[in-house]
Amino acid sequence: MNPLLMNPAVNAGSAPVATPFFFYFLAGAAVVSGLFVITRRNAVHSALALIVTLLSVAGLYLMLYAPFVAGVQIIAYAGGIMVLFLFVIMLVDIERVSKERQYNRVWPVGLLAACALLALFVSAIVKGRSLLPDRMVQLPESSNTQQIAAALYGEAGRVGQYTFAFEIASLLLLVAILGAVIMTKKKI
Amino acid sequence: MVPIATLHYLVVAAALFVLGVIGVLTRRNVVIILMSIELILNAVNLNLVAFSRMWGNLHGQVFAIFIVVDAAAEAAVGLGILIAFFRNKETINVDEIDLLKW
Amino acid sequence: MNILTSYFGSNLPPGNAGNQLWALIYVFIIFAGVAVAVLCMNWIERKALAHFQIRLGPMRVGPHGLLQPFADALKLMLKEDIIPAEADATVFWVAPVIGLLAAFTVYIVIPFGPSQAVTDMNIGILFMLGVSSLGVLGIVTAGWASNSHYPLIGALRSSAQMVSYEVAMGMAIISAIMMTSMNAGGIGTLSMIGIVQAQQQQGIWFIFKFFPLGFIAFAIFAIAMVAETNRAPFDLPEAESELTAGFHTEYSGLRWSLFMLGEYAAMIAVSSIAVTLWLGGWMRPFPNLLNGPAWEFIFSLFPALTFGGLALITFIGTARMPSQSFFRIQRMGLGIFAVLLGFIALLLLLIAVVGHSNDASIAARFREGIDYVYWFIFKVAIFMYLFIWYRATWPRYRFDQLMSVGWKVMLPISLGVLILTAIVGVLIK
Repeated sequence: MNPLLMNPAVNAGSAPVATPFFFYFLAGAAVVSGLFVITRRNAVHSALALIVTLLSVAGLYLMLYAPFVAGVQIIAYAGGIMVLFLFVIMLVDIERVSKERQYNRVWPVGLLAACALLALFVSAIVKGRSLLPDRMVQLPESSNTQQIAAALYGEAGRVGQYTFAFEIASLLLLVAILGAVIMTKKKI
Repeated sequence: MVPIATLHYLVVAAALFVLGVIGVLTRRNVVIILMSIELILNAVNLNLVAFSRMWGNLHGQVFAIFIVVDAAAEAAVGLGILIAFFRNKETINVDEIDLLKW
Repeated sequence: MNILTSYFGSNLPPGNAGNQLWALIYVFIIFAGVAVAVLCMNWIERKALAHFQIRLGPMRVGPHGLLQPFADALKLMLKEDIIPAEADATVFWVAPVIGLLAAFTVYIVIPFGPSQAVTDMNIGILFMLGVSSLGVLGIVTAGWASNSHYPLIGALRSSAQMVSYEVAMGMAIISAIMMTSMNAGGIGTLSMIGIVQAQQQQGIWFIFKFFPLGFIAFAIFAIAMVAETNRAPFDLPEAESELTAGFHTEYSGLRWSLFMLGEYAAMIAVSSIAVTLWLGGWMRPFPNLLNGPAWEFIFSLFPALTFGGLALITFIGTARMPSQSFFRIQRMGLGIFAVLLGFIALLLLLIAVVGHSNDASIAARFREGIDYVYWFIFKVAIFMYLFIWYRATWPRYRFDQLMSVGWKVMLPISLGVLILTAIVGVLIK
């Protein structure tokens, strides 16, 4: 039996009452902090805003019945990558930078291109919304980790569906470690 | 209120994606550009996990985990490049990294 | 009313059972409990350090200095709040809040008993690891926001140390998680309650499993958790003689007390992880060797005996206090404290006896719940005392020694233990 397929259960009436409130709160926090990330002059403020965004997105994952991805997001993204960013900002960001221009000279073109992209997304969502079912399938949360493990590592003596990709990802991390170390050493 | 459906998550993901693209295209500070790239990757992850819930299987979540791993590797290497360049020329503005300009 | 009593019949934590009122009650109890624990820890640390150094410690403020933590808290609250010039004011006040949030959010998943937790997430231990790694962010932002050299260097050193020892901690945790899957079905669990139940099922605390592998993993975690919370002997980044108090140099008064609160809360949290993963969580000692209803009854008397012992010590202290007139108030205060402890001991004795003999549902559940919580807190308290003992006994590591121990000694050993645990687990099955 394919471990990645679940039995869909009817969801509509059993969602807890507070869900829309939490969704709008988390989604609003994510988008507002995303705005702060791209508009602050000070890089440390941007980094802190990005941390808020990452934690809000982790909360959204929890609402989507994906606790393992939420856990990975908190550990790897908010607890690892952002610490790395903050370290580099503190080692690199000299005071002179905060007094210069922060947007480049061709920023209207960039904004226009982004608006065109937004228009594309909006048209895709509006045209395609009839394809999306309006009731959401409720995934069982209590065995999420075990099922992801079955997909990544395999179960009952067979290799999982994503085991090969998992091994390649670990090789990728090894290459990244080597690259980062070599690039930042003063003499190799 | 309208019950929260996949559509809502897609809208949030699209908004984050566009914010990230604006950040990449308009800022001069390399670190903030890298952070906007992280925003883009997060938007993609949110999309994947939302669709994973819609279809009721775990493919989207596994893909999202791989993307997080990938983003970690890319952030490390990108910041390494930044530090290496910062040693040569004391700047972190993309405009001023123009050594190969003719 | 129904929502209050429905929890007594269930065997799930209130978060899983959808019981929001009890979850909120638990959150309040935990918050109050941690605050009380921090106050006690402050007093015990000063007295214990003093006695280790053959002196008496605080004796003036209350009888035997028992009111010293309150005096400290009052002093810190009344101190002038200084924000350094040209420091980033927003980030300056956000930093201790981040540290505090990270330290306290962990308590959601700590299992004091099989249904005595706020909630039981599927990813319990992953959540705890992730949220405690958010504490690093609090320290880094605190150091940067102070706009001064010593805090910045202290913050960078402290966060580098925490990140290095997090790796070894994670590997040790993984080897304990692997042990939970050595059951018939071959499926392990990340949930905290599930880990303790796995130890119950397999009939052995994970510290003794595959001896010495479980013990080495526990030892690595015990060392890494001391480094993770910046306590001695790994407290170079915040030691007073080295970096003028490191990352919290510029924080005064109430903000500094937030850092201290966060540090003690983090200590209790990582000790709870160690207790849950290796020392059997809420299980009483010797569950297999000394089983049977007689031993159950004896072990269920332990909470009452502990408070009774404390009351006895306090009575003796009251009797030995000097009898001059100006000691009268202190003597009375200590006597009242002793009587209070005695009352609590009597109450616990009553619950133990009634819950055992009648087997009535409410009393028996109370007794069970109190026993679970008591054994958990007992084991965590042992770890807290060990933290103080380490601080009194061992000299500080120099920073490069610290980093080399973290990467060159702890990481290879934890990797080796992980691989060996996996191999032994597969071979034994």
